[in-house]
Amino acid sequence: MKTHFKLPLGAAAIAVGLGCATPAMAAGWSYQQIADALHAVMESDRTVYTRLIVNRLQNQEKVIKASEHWKDEKALVLPAQMFRFGAEMVAEKNAGFSYALLSEWPVNKQNAPKTEVEKEGLKAIAATGKPFYKEETLGGKTYFTAVYPDKAVAKACISCHNDHKDSPRTDFKMGDVMGGVVLRLPM
Amino acid sequence: MKKKTNLRWWGLWLAISFVVAGAVYAGLDSLGNPRPGKADLVLRSWLLPGQTSHGHYQIELACTACHAGAFPSRDDVQAKCESCHAKDLKAVDDSHPRAKFTDPRNADRAALLDATYCVTCHVEHKPGITRGAGVTLPQDYCVICHKDVAKERPSHQGMAFTSCTDAGCHNYHDNTALYEDFLVRHAGVGRMQDEPKVLARNLREVIEELGDYPSETYPPVELARADADAGTALPAADTVHEDWAASAHARSGVNCSACHVPAAQHGSDVATATWVEKPTEKACVQCHGPEVEGFLAGLHGMRLKAGLPAMTPAEARRPMKAERQHEALSCTSCHAGHRFDTRRAAVEACASCHDDTHTRAYFASPHARTVEAAAPETAVTCATCHLPRVAHDTPDFVRRTLVDHAQGKSLNPPVKMARQVCLACHGLGYAIDALADPVLRADNFPHAPTRHVKSIDMAVAREGEARAAKATQAESADKDGRS
Repeated sequence: MKTHFKLPLGAAAIAVGLGCATPAMAAGWSYQQIADALHAVMESDRTVYTRLIVNRLQNQEKVIKASEHWKDEKALVLPAQMFRFGAEMVAEKNAGFSYALLSEWPVNKQNAPKTEVEKEGLKAIAATGKPFYKEETLGGKTYFTAVYPDKAVAKACISCHNDHKDSPRTDFKMGDVMGGVVLRLPM
Repeated sequence: MKKKTNLRWWGLWLAISFVVAGAVYAGLDSLGNPRPGKADLVLRSWLLPGQTSHGHYQIELACTACHAGAFPSRDDVQAKCESCHAKDLKAVDDSHPRAKFTDPRNADRAALLDATYCVTCHVEHKPGITRGAGVTLPQDYCVICHKDVAKERPSHQGMAFTSCTDAGCHNYHDNTALYEDFLVRHAGVGRMQDEPKVLARNLREVIEELGDYPSETYPPVELARADADAGTALPAADTVHEDWAASAHARSGVNCSACHVPAAQHGSDVATATWVEKPTEKACVQCHGPEVEGFLAGLHGMRLKAGLPAMTPAEARRPMKAERQHEALSCTSCHAGHRFDTRRAAVEACASCHDDTHTRAYFASPHARTVEAAAPETAVTCATCHLPRVAHDTPDFVRRTLVDHAQGKSLNPPVKMARQVCLACHGLGYAIDALADPVLRADNFPHAPTRHVKSIDMAVAREGEARAAKATQAESADKDGRS
C-alpha cells in the first residue's frame, strides 16, 4: 500500500498503540500500519479481558457468570459486548475511525456481513486465517477497510456461541475463526 | 437647476433605520436572555412557529433551551437535545444509539433515516404530524431497516408495520422490559407477584455514608420542638413549630436554619445570619439532590431549569382545577412546608390540581383501595406509578431509594412503565396487556385487561423450539458417536 496517511489518525494510532502521545513520530505511517496498530491494541485488550476476567472467573473459578444481560443478571459483560461498547465509545468521541465485530455466523443478525468488502473479507479470513485489506466507498466516502480474523481464544467464546439459541453455528472449536474485526479508516 | 437634497428625508430614513436595526438587535438579544422578563416572553410567543409537543411545550418560550442561539447548526441543536436526554438514553441502554448510524457500514441506512440526529424523528413545532413520544416520522419507519424481519422471525410474517411499537412489543429506544430473554424470564407470573411491594425509602439510614450531606452541621439526631433554632421568631402557638416537630426533618436533625439560612452561613449564629423567608429548591437540593434533579427534569420543574417563571396549572394542556390555576409549582406545592407530609404529596397534592378522567377515577380504583390497607410499601398512590421509587447509586457508591420526580420519563410510550413501576407488584404479561389498552389507562385500571399482547407467548414458544432443536441435535450427535 503506497498511500500514506499522516495526522491526525497516525497520531491517534501511535498514541493508542504505543501508549504515548508524540504526534511528530506519526508522519509516514501507511493506512495498513495504522490499522494493524489499532487492531493490535483492540485484540490484546479483549484477549486480556476474555482470558483473565471471563475465562478465569466464569469457567475456572466459577465465581461469577458472564451474560449478555449483565446488568439485569449482575454478571460480567461478554467479551464481544466489551468490544462493542468500546467501539461505540470511540464513535461517540468522533475519533475518526470505526470498527465492528462481524461474523458469517452472527448471534445478532445485524452483525452479519453487509457490504461487498465485508462479505469478501470475512470469507478470505476464514479461508486463510490472515488479515484482509481493501478500499471501499460507502455513503460517498472512501475507506481503507481492514478485516482481521477473530479466533476463539478461550472456552468462554465457544461455549457461549455454541449454546446460544440465536447462533447459526454450534460446532466452534478452540482456535476457529469465529468472525472478523472490520476496521475502517477514512481516506 | 440642480435639485437640492432634502436633509429632512435623509434624517427620517436614518431614524427609521436606527429603530428597525435596534428592534432586530433587541429581539435577538431578548431571545437569548437567560432570565426573560414579561416583554421577552410576549415577543417569543409571537415568534413561535407552531405548537410544540407535549414534552416540550412547558419550555417553548426558552428558545435557546433547544435552539442554542439565533442561528444554530444541526449539531448545536443535537448538543442541546443530549444535554437533557443523553443520560436517560444511556441508562436504558438505548437500542438505537447514535454510533449505530455513524458507522460507515450503515451509511446506506443513514441515508434513508439519518438517526444520528434526534430531530430526524422528533421535529418540533409540527402539531399536525406529531404522534406519541413526539415522533413526527410516518409510522413505517421501522421498515426502513427491518423489512426482512420475518426471515429471521417467521412468527412476524404478515404483521402490520403499525404494530411494532403500538402493540406494546418494541420501543425504538428503551427495550429494557421488552427484550426476549426478559420476557421469557418473567413468563408464567399471573396478575400479582408473590410479594408485591415497592422499595422502602431509606435516606435516613444512609445519611452518614453520603459525602455531600451536611451531617456535620445537622447530624441525624431527633430534635424536639424546643430545639427549633428559629424558635423566638414565631409565637409559641404557631403551627409552624408544631408541623416541623411532627416532620421527618425534625426526626432527622434538620433544623429551621438548614432550609432558611443559606448553605454558606450554616453553623453561624442564626440570629445574625441571612434569613430566607421562602426557601426554594436550592435549599432542598442540599440533601435531596437527585430528587430535585428529577423535579427540574420533569414536567413540573422543567421551566425553572430553563430559566422561565415556574410552571402553573393554567399553562398545562391537561385539565386542571380552576382554583389552583395560578399556583407556581415548586417543591412546596406538593410537599407543603413545614410538615412535608409525603402521604399528602402522594395523592391529595396531585388531585388538588389535576382534574382529568384518570385522576378522578383513581379514588374508586382497585389501586386506591390498597392505600386503606395502610402498609406504605404496598399502597398504590399516584406517586407509586408516576414518581416511582427506584434504586439509585450515588457518586459515593451508596445505593439508596430515590423517588424519581422526573415523572415524564416513564409516561410515553406507556409500556416503559411496565418494568420501572408495574413489575414491583404485577406479572410482566399482565402489565404489558394493561398498558397497551388506552381505555383501561384512561379509566385508571378499574378491571383486569381484556386485550392480550402476545409478545411473551411468542418469546416462550421460540425458546421451546430452540431447546427442542438442541435436544434433537444432541441426540443425533450421540447416535453418530455410538455408531
